[in-house]
Order: sequence, then structure tokens, then C-alpha cells
Amino acid sequence: MRMGRQTELVQARIEGAALDVSHLPSFGFSHRSLMWWGTLGLMAIEGTVFALAVGVYFYLRSFASRWPMEDMPPALLWGTANTLLLLASLWPAHAAKRAAEALDLKGVRFWLVLTSVAELAVLGVRVLEFQTLNCRWDGSAYGSIVWMILGLHTLHLLTDAWDTLVLTVLLHTRNLEGRRFVDVSENSLYWYFVVWSWLPLYAVVYGVPRLG
Amino acid sequence: MSTQAPVLNDVPPTPRQVAQLHATWSDPPGPWGWLSAVNHKAIGRRFLVTAFGFFLAGGLLALWMRTQLARAENGLVGPDLYNQLFTMHGTTMMFLFAVPVMQAVSVYITPLMLGARSIAFPRMNAFAYWVYLFGGLMLFAAFLTNTGADAGWFAYPPLSGPDYSPGKRVDFWAQMITFTELSALLEAVILITTVFKLRAPGMTLNRLPLFVWGMLVTAFMVMFAMPAVMLASTSLITDRLVGTHFFNPGEGGDVLLWQHLFWFFGHPEVYLIFIPGLGFVSTIVATFARRPVFGYPAMVLALIATAFLAFGLWVHHMFATNLPELGKSFFTASSMLIAVPTAIQIFCWLATLAGGRVNLKAPLLFVLAFFFILVLGGLTGLMLASVPLDLQVHDSYFVVAHLHYVLLGGAVFPLLGAVLYWWPLITGRMTSERLGRWSFWLLFIGFNVTFFPMHLLGLEGMPRRVYTYPADRGWEGMNLLATVGAWVLAAGLLVFLFNLWRSWRRGERAGANPWGAGTLEWGSTCPPPAANFDATPVVHGAYPLWTPPREPSQVAGLAVDQREQLVTTVLDAVPDHRVSFPEPTPWPFLSALAVTLCFVWSLFTPWGAVYGLIPAAIGLTLWFWPRRRETAKHLAIERAPR
Repeated sequence: MRMGRQTELVQARIEGAALDVSHLPSFGFSHRSLMWWGTLGLMAIEGTVFALAVGVYFYLRSFASRWPMEDMPPALLWGTANTLLLLASLWPAHAAKRAAEALDLKGVRFWLVLTSVAELAVLGVRVLEFQTLNCRWDGSAYGSIVWMILGLHTLHLLTDAWDTLVLTVLLHTRNLEGRRFVDVSENSLYWYFVVWSWLPLYAVVYGVPRLG
Repeated sequence: MSTQAPVLNDVPPTPRQVAQLHATWSDPPGPWGWLSAVNHKAIGRRFLVTAFGFFLAGGLLALWMRTQLARAENGLVGPDLYNQLFTMHGTTMMFLFAVPVMQAVSVYITPLMLGARSIAFPRMNAFAYWVYLFGGLMLFAAFLTNTGADAGWFAYPPLSGPDYSPGKRVDFWAQMITFTELSALLEAVILITTVFKLRAPGMTLNRLPLFVWGMLVTAFMVMFAMPAVMLASTSLITDRLVGTHFFNPGEGGDVLLWQHLFWFFGHPEVYLIFIPGLGFVSTIVATFARRPVFGYPAMVLALIATAFLAFGLWVHHMFATNLPELGKSFFTASSMLIAVPTAIQIFCWLATLAGGRVNLKAPLLFVLAFFFILVLGGLTGLMLASVPLDLQVHDSYFVVAHLHYVLLGGAVFPLLGAVLYWWPLITGRMTSERLGRWSFWLLFIGFNVTFFPMHLLGLEGMPRRVYTYPADRGWEGMNLLATVGAWVLAAGLLVFLFNLWRSWRRGERAGANPWGAGTLEWGSTCPPPAANFDATPVVHGAYPLWTPPREPSQVAGLAVDQREQLVTTVLDAVPDHRVSFPEPTPWPFLSALAVTLCFVWSLFTPWGAVYGLIPAAIGLTLWFWPRRRETAKHLAIERAPR
């Protein structure tokens, strides 16, 4: 049988009845790893939630005589600042991912610390964002969906920031398995998702109420 | 750090290697070990027993209702309790039985069918089980303390909103959704990863068993359907608890929004239940016709087509609402269209049976019943898909008849057949063929006597969800008949369960592959040992056990003194790398307890959702944190990719 074509250079060896895999690597990055598929699954689920929440936003808007139902749209300052901060945080996250894939522990440690700081900063600004939305969740359906969208996204910020912190501490311990590099790589991938999914949410929460 | 030389397996593995391998993959003994179990077979068995426990509970609620309806103006059950009974029945059957039981079978069977030693993310699998169990128990604990959900299994606002359902009943219902959907979503991710990455070498995607195709398609549907109901139930619970206005028209909300979100999940959900049933049918038909299923590519494409179409049907549950007529026509058309892939599969199975040497055993009887009942249910489905007819019978017993024909015929009959079929694989013992046939006929007759009259009752105008009816309507005879049928159905289920119990206690020992099946789950012993196979098999055909032996036959060079699993490529299942799997741990159980605390606490104060997160985060972190001993073992066989 054909056991030849693979994504990786190392191949299983056929010896009579045996297919010997002892020399294959014990971890792999990207779509080779189980973690990548698990992360992708979570991203698909959470992406669907975001898409549906945006759908709810426009559904409610289609019945409204004025939008926002409160007089003022969310203030732009903190939301925009946080969007820029989120985009900037891609840099340390990406550097951590590249260091991980090069199995460069020193680089991983450095960039993970920086990623953690960036994520905590984003969370801090998010608190300010909530304070300048110019609506309350219990004021109107408009306020409800704005808070829901922002709340959902904040939940993702929280979980990934926590995940990054735990990884940062772990990567500073001794006797690390190679697959911790895979964890770092997938953690960055998930952060990409948290950042990129924010852009349409930002456009909806901050942009749509200004369309009139 | 001490590193011992790892012990790798030979082909064929020596008896000593085999013993060590299975000891390595065993769950620890004792009660604490029981709570720490991560083996997919142990979790699968628990999942199955729990789901059948909820099935029995839901069935008892149904019997209670049927007994109340046996006579006109009966006083056994009052309206308030009746509301709880039908809500709990529907909720239990849909959320706590039908979807989880399919995932339960899959948790047990899929890794075996793929030739894997484990399911992917075994700890998360255990966590998903515990979360499901606790969510179900919470709902029933509420019911037993007179806080049972009472706004129907689809909980339409405004009835389910804060104004018309004060108290905690609907809150518990909505939070049960959070539990069960969390569990189902995790299981979907686990299953997709298992199917894509843990297949035995040589099991290319076009050799994937049809059952696994069915579960794979189902898992993808879960990922895109269930977020809708989670978002809906979260919005409902915030409307009820913190004063949001999603479904409050007074403040810009909309009640129909709920129906859209609910049915965007709810219609695919029917197929989440039905498509695994199709997988059971394909498996059983092939084994008992003793030949491969006719038209494999058509079967796979039909499953995928069904999944896509299932997302375009939800509005046919809303034909009685004020939506544009043109939109309704579209949904009528797509509802008609989905019959096509189902028909293709039915023709393929009939061709398989016609071209095979049929071995008419009890599991196949259940499949034949599936053909009969599902076709009837499908035909009433086509009737309901047309708007004028739907308006006439909307919310009547005609709909109750239709949905039970589809769900019991499409899913429960194949499921019961599959339980009989795979029972030897779970317990190592055969069931009694005679009791199997008795249970089949009682269930088949009982089912039709219960639900066929409901078509007529519906056409005569009897509405669903009424706790009683006046004597002068002329509905009494058929209601009595339906109640008699329900008791026959219950008797059939008792015989079925007695058969399982008897087999478990003193059934005849099953040898290897007792049905002469072709798929890999029968390629080990009955029941399979802890690591499933003595050595990972290499696959050379779609029905490996019907394929002549070829070399290479097994995988060599995987550790037997630690939990090592081969990972293969997505399309061609070429060996790619080896990965160390986690060991048993109580943290999934403890984390599920913490999450339960968070969810239940948040029903009483929103701060519960905040403070409750802290123990959950601690639990999940300790779960993830590597143990030194395990790390040392993994490092001993580590080899970095180039």
C-alpha cells in the first residue's frame, strides 16, 4: 500500500507486517496537531455566536423607529483606542507564535510576557469602554444587544488573557515538553481570532448607530 | 530527572507488551478512580446509561399524561402540573436524551471504528459528560420541588418572559440549555478532531464507515446550530434576571426573534437526532445483508446535502406567524427538497438488502420498522410543509403524531436496533433473540397504536398541550386507544431493558465479531480491552474485516508503558506523528462541579456568574497544569519535528 506522500519529511517505515512509526516526531504544529483542530472548532462555534449576535442587532434595528434608541451612540474614544491596541497586540502574539514554532524558548518567554501585558491592557481599556457606551442593558433592546455583543467579546478577552497568563507562568518553569510550544502557537492563533472578530463587532457597535 | 528507556511495541506484540499496554490505558480503581476515569469506553457507557435514564424519566412523564388523557374531563392531573409534564417531557427527550444519546454511542463506538486507542481530548470528554449529567439532574431537582419548567419545550416568549412566567421555573429551563449545549458543543469538537486525526493508517476519508460520516456531519451541524439556542436562552435569562429587553416589545424587543433563534437551532436539531439514526441503519443493514452498502458516494453526499438543507427549513415551524408569504413559499420548497437526499439513502439501503443475503435478526427488524415509520412521518412532514395545510393543523395533535413518527421512527427505532447490535461489544455478552423479537413487536405495535390515532385527533381539531377535553367532542375513543398503545409501548421498552439486563447478568458469551461485521470496532475482543487494540491496525479497505489480510497489518513502535497514540493526516490517514495522551484525573469532574456551581448560583444573583467563574478557572487551570512524573515520561519519547 502507499504510505509515501505526506506533509512531513519523516515517513513511517514498512517492515513486513509492521508499519514502524517509532521515529516519527512526537508533536507537530498547525493542522498537524490535535490542539489546532480543537481551537478551530471553538473558533467556529464562537464565530457563529458573534455572527448571530450581529444578526440580532440588525433584526432589532429593522423594527426600530430610531437607532440608537437612546439619544447618543457609544463614545468613540475608548472603543477606537482599544481597537488599535488590539491590532497592536497581534505583534507580540505573532512573535510568540513564530518563536514557538522555531522551538526558541527564550523568545517564547519574552514575547509571552509582552502578549500578557498587551492583553491585560486591552481588558483595562474594555472597562472604560463599558462606561462610555451611553446606554444601559436594561434601558432598551438596543442597549441590551450592545451590552450582549460587548459582553460576549469581553468573555473571550478574559478567557484568552487568562490562558496566556497561565502559559506564560508555565513556560517559565523547567522540564518543558516540546508540545508546550504547540500550546503557545495555538494560544496565539486563538488571540488572532479574538482580535479579528472584534473588527466587525467594532463596526457594528460604534459605526452603525452613526449611520442614522 | 530520571528517564527510563520507553517500551515500544513489536508486530505482532508480545503477550507482555499487550498486558503492559492495557494496564497503561486502564482507569484507576476505587471510587476516586471512578471519578477520574477518562477512557472513552467508560465515559461512553456512563453517557449511555445516563441518557437512557433520562429517556425512562421522560417516558414516565409521557405515560402520566397519556393516563390523564385516557378519559374526557379526567381529574388525575391538574393544568399546572400538566404544563410541567409536557414541558419536562419534551425538554428531557430533546435535550437530555435524543442528542446526548447519539453522542454517547459515538463516544463509545467511533474510536473503535477508527482503530484508535482513545477519543481526542479524553479529559474534555469526561468534563462534557459531567456537565451534561449535572445539568439534567438540576432540571429534575427543580421539577421535584415544584419548579419544573412549564412554558413548553420551546419556551416562547412572552409566555416564558418575566411577566407571564414569574418564579424560577423558566430560569432552570434556560440554564439547562446552557449545560447541555456546552456538553454537546464540546463533544462535537472532540468528535471532529477524533475523526480527522486519529484514524488508523490507511483509513482514507473514502473508507470512513458511514456511521462515522453520519456523526461527523452531525458534529458540524452541532457547531453551527447550537450557538443559536445558547444565545437565545442567554438572552431569555438576562431578560428575566437583569432586565434586558430582547423579547420585550415595549422597549424595542421582539418576541418573534426568539422563534427565529430557537428554530434556527431547532430544525437542524431534528437532523442532529436523525442523521446518527441513518448511521445506525447503514451499519446494521451492511452487516445483516452481509455486503457493503450500495452507493457509498451517494450516501455520503446525501448526508452532507441533508445537513446543508436542514439549515434552510426553520421558518416552517413559524408558518402561523405574521411573516411574508413569499418567504414562506421558499421554506415550503426547501422542506420538500430535503426529502430527496433521504429518499436516495432509502433506495440505497433497499438496494443493499435486495443484493445481499439477508440475516433477519432483531437489530434488522428495528431497521425495517424505521423504513415503515419514517416514511409515514416523512409524508406527513411533506403535508405540513405546505402553508395552508399547516395552518389548519397547527398546534394540533396532527403535529404531535408527525413529530413522534419522525423522531421515534427516524432515531429511536434505529437506536434500539443499534443498542442490540453493539451490546456484545459493550458487555461481551449476547442478548436473547427471542426477547429481542418480543420487545420489537410490542414496541412497534405500541408505537403505532399510540401515535396513529393522533393524526386523526388532530384532523378533528384536538389541540396539543391541553390537560383535558370535554366529553361531547367525540375524542374519547381514540384517546383511550392512544393511551392503551402507550402502555403497550412501555411494556415493550421494559422487555427490551429486561433483555439487556438479563444478557448483562447471564447472557451467552460473545466471541470475537459475533455478527460477522465488516467494520473495525469488531476487530478486537468483545468488550475491547483498555487500549482497544493490542496494536494499532493498518486498514486496506472500507470494510477492513471483510478485506483479505495484507501487509503491513499493524503499527509498530508506539510506547506501551505510556499513553501514546498515532496521529494521521486528515485526508489520506498517513502516519504523521505520535502524541502522548493525558492520564486519568479528577479535575474534569471537579471543574464540572465548579461550573455547575457558577451556573446555578447565577440563577439567583448575577454576581454568581462573576464569583462562580473563579473556582471554575482554578479547576480548569489545575486540570491543564502538567504533572512532573507525566512530563518526564513524555520527554523520554520526545522527538521534535524537523
